[in-house]
Amino acid sequence: MDLQIAMLLAQDGIVNGAVYGMMALALVLVFSVTRVIFIPQGELVAFAALSMAALQAGRAPQTLWLLLVLAALALVVEAWRWKRGAQVDWPSTLVWTVLIPGLASALVSLRPDALALQTLATLLLVTPLGPLLYRLAYRPLADATVLMLLIVSVALHGVLVGLGLLFFGAEGSRTAAFSELRLEWGGMTISGQSLVVVGVAFSLVAVLFLFFGRSIVGKALRATAMNRVGARLMGIPTELSGDVSFALAGLIGAVSGLLIAPLTTMYYDTGFLIGLKGFVAAIVGGLASYPLALAGALLVGQLEAFASFWASPFKEVLVFTLIIPVLLWRSLNSHHVEDEE
Amino acid sequence: MKTLKPLALATALLASMLAHADINVGVIVSATGPAASLGIPEKNTIALMPKTIGGQKINYIVLDDASDTTAAVSNTRKLITESKVDVILGSTITPNSLAMIDVVAEAQTPMISMAASARIVEPQDAKKRWVFKTPQNDIMMSLAIAEHMSNNGIKTVAFIGFSDAYGEGWFQEFSKAAALKNLQIVDSERYSRSDTSVTGQVLKTMAAKPDAVLIAGSGTPAALPQKTLKERGYAGKVYQTHGIANADFLRVGGKDVEGTFLPAGPVLVASQLPASHPLKKSAQAYVAAYEAAYGKGSVSTFGAHAWDAGALMTAAVPQALKKAKPGTPQFRAALRDALEQVKELAGAHGIFNMSSADHLGLDQRARVMVKIENGAWKLQP
Repeated sequence: MDLQIAMLLAQDGIVNGAVYGMMALALVLVFSVTRVIFIPQGELVAFAALSMAALQAGRAPQTLWLLLVLAALALVVEAWRWKRGAQVDWPSTLVWTVLIPGLASALVSLRPDALALQTLATLLLVTPLGPLLYRLAYRPLADATVLMLLIVSVALHGVLVGLGLLFFGAEGSRTAAFSELRLEWGGMTISGQSLVVVGVAFSLVAVLFLFFGRSIVGKALRATAMNRVGARLMGIPTELSGDVSFALAGLIGAVSGLLIAPLTTMYYDTGFLIGLKGFVAAIVGGLASYPLALAGALLVGQLEAFASFWASPFKEVLVFTLIIPVLLWRSLNSHHVEDEE
Repeated sequence: MKTLKPLALATALLASMLAHADINVGVIVSATGPAASLGIPEKNTIALMPKTIGGQKINYIVLDDASDTTAAVSNTRKLITESKVDVILGSTITPNSLAMIDVVAEAQTPMISMAASARIVEPQDAKKRWVFKTPQNDIMMSLAIAEHMSNNGIKTVAFIGFSDAYGEGWFQEFSKAAALKNLQIVDSERYSRSDTSVTGQVLKTMAAKPDAVLIAGSGTPAALPQKTLKERGYAGKVYQTHGIANADFLRVGGKDVEGTFLPAGPVLVASQLPASHPLKKSAQAYVAAYEAAYGKGSVSTFGAHAWDAGALMTAAVPQALKKAKPGTPQFRAALRDALEQVKELAGAHGIFNMSSADHLGLDQRARVMVKIENGAWKLQP
């Protein structure tokens, strides 16, 4: 191995690490606010990538039907709750169930040719899946144990993978790159697409940092994450925070899917492994710290790139073995806290 | 008799067809899971198979094993005990087919596998005498590649394969073929079908400077190493296996897979076969039947393996019917014997000549070399 190969591997590792990093951010965000380990996060990535591919092939992605059905279901459920006297936050409900699906259908029916419009359509298609899934699957169980919520996640994952096969078929797709640019730098080529990936990932982290540090909604989310009951006593609508965190997770999933689809062939079930590696990264951050999760993601990316060079048959083994020393170190370093329940 | 009919129907429903004279065919395919791109065309092909053979109605009972070994075994048991099947077609992939052998041997039910590995039918023993298969052995395809390589002046080869039974099986078989043809394997790498990047493997491959690279993957995931090789400026020849022979590979690979060589069943290039080719008619018959039902350009070689399994069954059933009634152990044994006696049967992939030692029965006529030119398969002389 010479320096050039090492540089190429490192570059590859950073690009993949950036995508895993976005997964890890979404997982940490959702877990800390709602205690849900959102396994279907990976499916959102695959749905976004394959919807984009369908749009570029001039077809209406079947994700639209999923979105419309979920939206209709959510609307019925909310109306039913409202009739039974429960409090329903109608503005946010209408945004997720009517406004965004409506916009998405309008955009998809236009069959846009411009890359920017296709991107927008995909974002509108996939982002609302987050809050809609939350309302239908998780919110009725918001007070259940972490284990119960995990089981719901596994079930949702199974359902969504099945739907993915039904919608997109067993074969994969690639999409057109956002940037065809190629930079020559010190004897190695850097593709524009990989710069886009890294750039978007880091700006996303910066935006999230500002959002949680400065905005009132971000602060409310953090308060809910720290203490659900306390936050509610302070007048923070904790149900809304679930909505917002799942919407962010949906958005991050959609963005990651759009970014990774030009780099590799996406399949209906590729998302799971990407999500799983994001999960390993999130574990490095203890499912609580954003910067540590991002560092973990970059570590996973590098480990994967170099492992694929030195010992390609054992690549996945090495990546997932990383979780064992991390868990050991974490359990030695933190004193045991009894669960709240 | 007339008054008894409703009663008989009810009994049949309740006792799940105990006194049935129809022939029940159990089909197990991997229509979901990692092997779905192989299993779906096979499942589609089942719908095109004959509805009656030798005057007997054929009931097809199709189950999905989700590419999972345990599900394949439990489906096999279910088909045998509940549906009382006379023959089982399946499964799509090697691990599942291997696991099903014990069950069908115990129940003495013939089985025709649509998976590639030679281990499914070799060596013949008391259990495997119930098992037949239709796809070409990997060694036949490996030899075709090695022969083509040595004829084109290639001396060194690098191997990039799936990190599963498919890649490992190919590596073993290709190593044997390469040794026969004096080819040197300078590097061997693995990747998994869900990988999003193979840069590391490709860099290492290129550092070994091989004359040619053989990629052993199936379906569209096999395009990723080749795209990366192209991206990194690899100028040598690239060979693929017959696992990629479907239209989606060409769609995903695009211009990066131009000039690729692969061995394949003649059905892939049925229309380009010379009129004198013994398979021209039977291969084109399958293509016509499939495309009439599922649209132009939808045909793949995987479905043709199922078609061949159906052709074997269709040839053997009339012989077995002479000896026993469907639904009895005697019929299943007669069917097995008849399958073993199939001679010069032209399927979509090759000419089958079964014997007690050879439960595949294909020869060199079952493979051709194909090159990808202008986004299409081109038969190589």
